[in-house]
Amino acid sequence: MPTESIGNELALLLGIAWLLPLAGFAVEIFGGFLWPRVSRTAAYIAVACIGIGFLCSFTALMKWGNATDWVVLKGTDSHHASAGEHGGEGHGDEGHGDEGHAEEAAHAEHAEGEESESGVHHDAVATTFSGTMYSLGTFGGLEVTLDWYIDSLTLLMFTMVTLIATCIHVFAIGYMSDELTEDHVDHEVHTADGGHFHRPGRFYKFFSYMSLFCFSMLGLVLAGNIFQVFVFWELVGICSYLLIGFYVERKSASTAANKAFIVNRVGDWGFIIGLMILWTYCGTFRFVGEESTDGHAAKPGLFEMVRGNDGQIDVNEEEDVVYLRDAHGHRLEDPETHEPKTIPYALLIVAGLGVFGGCIGKSAQFPLQTWLPDAMEGPTPVSALVHSATMVAAGVYLAGRFYPVFTPEVLLTIAYIGCITLFLAATIAVVATDIKRVLAYSTISQLGYMMLGIGLGGWAAGLFHLVTHAFFKSLMFLASGSVIVGCHHEQEMPRMGGLRRKMPITAYTMLIGVIAIAGLAIPGTVIAFSGYHSKDAIVATALAHTNLNPGHFLLFIVPLVTAGITAFYMFRLWFYTFAGEPRDQELYDHVHESPWVMTGPLLVLSVFAAGCAIGGEQGFLYSMLSHSEPAGVATGVEAAAVSLPGHDLIHDVHHEAGVMALFAAVSGAIIAYLLYGAHVLNPADIQRHFTGLYTFLVEKWRFDDLYDAMFVRPSRVVAGWCAATDRVVFDGILHGACRAAINISKWDRLFDEGIVDGLVNLVGNVVFGIGRSLRVVQTGRLRQYIMFIAVGVLTLFVLLFAFFPKY
Amino acid sequence: MEVGLNHYLFVGAVMFVTGVICMASKRNGIGVLMGVELVLNGANVNFVAFARYTALGLDGHVIAMFVIVLAAAEAAVALAIALNFYNNHLTIDVDRGDELRG
Repeated sequence: MPTESIGNELALLLGIAWLLPLAGFAVEIFGGFLWPRVSRTAAYIAVACIGIGFLCSFTALMKWGNATDWVVLKGTDSHHASAGEHGGEGHGDEGHGDEGHAEEAAHAEHAEGEESESGVHHDAVATTFSGTMYSLGTFGGLEVTLDWYIDSLTLLMFTMVTLIATCIHVFAIGYMSDELTEDHVDHEVHTADGGHFHRPGRFYKFFSYMSLFCFSMLGLVLAGNIFQVFVFWELVGICSYLLIGFYVERKSASTAANKAFIVNRVGDWGFIIGLMILWTYCGTFRFVGEESTDGHAAKPGLFEMVRGNDGQIDVNEEEDVVYLRDAHGHRLEDPETHEPKTIPYALLIVAGLGVFGGCIGKSAQFPLQTWLPDAMEGPTPVSALVHSATMVAAGVYLAGRFYPVFTPEVLLTIAYIGCITLFLAATIAVVATDIKRVLAYSTISQLGYMMLGIGLGGWAAGLFHLVTHAFFKSLMFLASGSVIVGCHHEQEMPRMGGLRRKMPITAYTMLIGVIAIAGLAIPGTVIAFSGYHSKDAIVATALAHTNLNPGHFLLFIVPLVTAGITAFYMFRLWFYTFAGEPRDQELYDHVHESPWVMTGPLLVLSVFAAGCAIGGEQGFLYSMLSHSEPAGVATGVEAAAVSLPGHDLIHDVHHEAGVMALFAAVSGAIIAYLLYGAHVLNPADIQRHFTGLYTFLVEKWRFDDLYDAMFVRPSRVVAGWCAATDRVVFDGILHGACRAAINISKWDRLFDEGIVDGLVNLVGNVVFGIGRSLRVVQTGRLRQYIMFIAVGVLTLFVLLFAFFPKY
Repeated sequence: MEVGLNHYLFVGAVMFVTGVICMASKRNGIGVLMGVELVLNGANVNFVAFARYTALGLDGHVIAMFVIVLAAAEAAVALAIALNFYNNHLTIDVDRGDELRG
């Protein structure tokens, strides 16, 4: 099997998909100065770049599949096969039940068949490829390189990100078309003379930022070491900053952009701490070791060091030190002292928590969730991109990618953070009335689900939900963008209603998204929308986890209840906006369906939102994902403190969990229908009965107030002190010094003017005086001069003879 | 009475003083030039006398020759000046040339 060439081919394809948007960015940002403001060239270039990127990614996916002979899709019980696959990569053989052994054997036969064909010795078909693109430099022991790491997760992320980004770019051509003018009027910005703010359109700038955004996200996914991830992580951050603050003249937009950026810095602070710890103890940033092509012992990467090849952490008896291991499971030794290389267990936890801190910031988890709703200030396509494929997905992606380094304690933290987040955000979404804000809170809630899934050991379930959520959430955001354009930038749902008659395509594609996120399905058939499968997988993981650890029952109850709340608020949104009678007749009269350039992407995305998870856990998407699962996840972990469920345990409760989740979702949807569709109860009455709770939720659990009181105001007070210190002490010193300098200068001036200038002037004056007095001698009479000479010579002679001695 | 050094020196001194008085008293430019010639030749008489009577020897003659050459050159230049002076003032009265007075 020509593994190397396949790996390089994949890297080339994904590299093209990754770098094209960067090239597009460069062309668009500079070309913007040349093209007229009404030119759509930038948009076409951006769409072309990301579209070709999608084709490359898809080709890479297909190539990968063919090269691995679609090994992920073979066998009825795919996750066992994949577990065996992964173990096989490191010559390991992990026992997991009779069924697993049977699979293993079957797989071994298959692998032998491969060998005889190609003649290369491989225990299994290689499915993970990594390598180095470019070495930036070596600084002591630190080697900074651009690496690539490609497995099925990378490929799926690439395909998903480029596909969604292409749809969003196309949609944005329509959505941003009001920027195609020399004189754009921003109706939200009021000038001092009572008019609106006028500025040239920024169409090209929007698309160049979007291209840069895609480049950053793809780079993050392709990255083969954690440092590179960090670099692109920050690039994603700056792009979101630029795009959230796109309407920079609006105070709210610039504040939201700052908030997003600053809140993310809090998370990144943890990220950097994690990086420092890992580098100090492991001495490398790479995910996996370098290929040992020349027979030398491969330099192991972070994943092998911490988890070995069997997915277990090698802890000593006191449980305070973790032995680092190489790719074959042997303990690493210091080459000089032959002491085993270790990392303190506590520090490994801190490193994991630190890196997860970055994920908290990026994926807007509790307690850093406050920036995401404010990020709605950006144009709607940006919200769609941020909320589905790029920014927030980066956090979950990293939590998944970095899973092997997380200890059980960290995973439990992740689970609880996710659990808190999903509940908190869902409750706020229930009372939100801004259509985009409902979606924003639902994003936070769904991200909580993903984190929960990953934290509970349902690695593939969490990332499964990431992909399905990306499709239906981008769909819903674009649909809401279509609504907003149709309603002439009205975002408040109470003013809408009945829109489905005016904009049917938007309404029904939105409905598909709503059904998908709510997780509705018809039991017993294959008819199920993508959200059903992915949420179901997470709930099943939670149930299996609760069965193992009854103490952590909240981790199952809360997501289950929230599944109902999710269905409730999403259907509330739909009924509020599209169903019933128009609440604002004037607005309704001016509503129109969006042009094809906007509805087309909606239709494409709705197909994926509905069907991307088809087949559920036996389907293509889940099989692909679970194939990349880190070693050891499939078997689960038996531990005294917190056990993680393996695949078989999850599988056992799958049906049960599916029914419960479906029941919760259906009841949520029915309640929403009763309240907002059929008007059996008046929501306003309920609101009156629970005024306190309602206000609490409308104020977003008062997190903004809390942070304002906890951080903003204290820092303002401290800043006030600093300012006072500056004013009193430093300014005092400076002013004193200045005054002293002025006084000294005054004396110096007197000295200069009196003495130095006086001396010079004196010399001048004397010379001038002498010259003036000698002037009278110059009579101009020749005969007089001769008399002077004669008399002078005579005088000289007289003096000479009178006073000098004679010889 | 033997004619000695002092007699020559006396003649030289008389010529010198006569020349100086001539320079100082003549308003005519040509007259002043003649006074200069007298002064130079007074000095020449002295040189030649010293050459004849003292250890100065041939040097005195040589210096006298130089003075004669010098006087010739000076006369040429001075006559040119006198002509220009005349062109400018229509006279050669040196008292009229007082533009450079202090």
